[in-house]
Amino acid sequence: MLGKEFRNKISTTVFKKVGVNERHIFEPVQPASAMALQAAENLFAEHDINRNEIDALIYCSVHHDYVTPSTSCVLQHKLGLNENIATYDLTFGCSGYVYSLSLAKSIIQSLGFKKVLLLTSSALTKYIHPKDHASRIIFGDGASATLIVAEENSEKGIGSFVFGTDGSGFEKIIIRHGADFQKVTPQSLEEKADEFGNIYSDANYFMDGQAVLTFTMKKVPLLIEDTLSKNNLTKNDIDLFVLHQANDFMNEQVRKLAAIEKEKFYSHIENYGNTVQATIPIALKAAIAEGKIKSGSKVFVAGFGVGLSWCATVINF
Amino acid sequence: MTLEEFTSKIEGIFEDEKPGSLTPDTDFRNIETWSSMYALIIVAMFETDFKTTVTGDQLRKCSTVRDLYQLLPK
Repeated sequence: MLGKEFRNKISTTVFKKVGVNERHIFEPVQPASAMALQAAENLFAEHDINRNEIDALIYCSVHHDYVTPSTSCVLQHKLGLNENIATYDLTFGCSGYVYSLSLAKSIIQSLGFKKVLLLTSSALTKYIHPKDHASRIIFGDGASATLIVAEENSEKGIGSFVFGTDGSGFEKIIIRHGADFQKVTPQSLEEKADEFGNIYSDANYFMDGQAVLTFTMKKVPLLIEDTLSKNNLTKNDIDLFVLHQANDFMNEQVRKLAAIEKEKFYSHIENYGNTVQATIPIALKAAIAEGKIKSGSKVFVAGFGVGLSWCATVINF
Repeated sequence: MTLEEFTSKIEGIFEDEKPGSLTPDTDFRNIETWSSMYALIIVAMFETDFKTTVTGDQLRKCSTVRDLYQLLPK
């Protein structure tokens, strides 16, 4: 519970605006892929899925078990999937789930696959400095498993996509050291403080909150407009908008700028926090359970953030 | 928008502050609850209400409400 952990450190006004009351922390004794593995097993059990019918696996995460091989190869083995499947690692953050949907749709259409398993996993909290309060109160760990199934002559399906990339903003959300550009050295762990007293090092997660807010407010309302237009739809045709659950404050700015009514704008961050690639599928599942998404619903999904990268589409359920 | 109206608007952001407690020369960084969240609220307010982008650098150079007022489009 965040209120308990940050009592006397952060005002209740801030908690209310961010919208996160509690979040889950994955103990870093296991790789993040272990969460994705568990999510996949839960999906198979819940929906009585025959794993032998899966013909492609996408693992979308910034966390990889090894420098090489690909984590999707390791997961193929651990999940007992067939040998004759294709596997893909997609190293994307907040835009990752929607990006992965575009890959799943493409390989179904172009390569003739019938069942694509899409796993996401985020264990970002281990990279956030304990005294980086601004990020601590937003992020949680989580994973998801989705099965995308090819159906012919169906009204259901994934619509057209709009993508965006602005690599000039790569430093706005970053873990600087630890990969090829700069390995972790003792200097990497030197602590720095931002103007608000949030502590981080070059081996920690860093986010320039003000720049990310401006990016989101400028790009995401346009992304919504462009994606609706590309799908020949208007806001009125959409039953539910499920955006990446960055935090309630930022998403509320987008909602206001895009002039979307509150009832159609789903918030699902209170008990999970921002779980990066996993926010959209976790929210979709909750909205289905609440009856907000039914068979025939048109649902707008958009991911945006680290990269900087953004992507959106419409799903016909 | 006058400086007085703007000051009142900024005061509205700080829910814990009593009405009339902010002046144009108040250093908003000295407000007890000042944090990165309030910086975001100010950035969002400029973007939405005044169609003006305020960068982190611009905001860092401001300390009083009057400084913020100077960032409004002329």
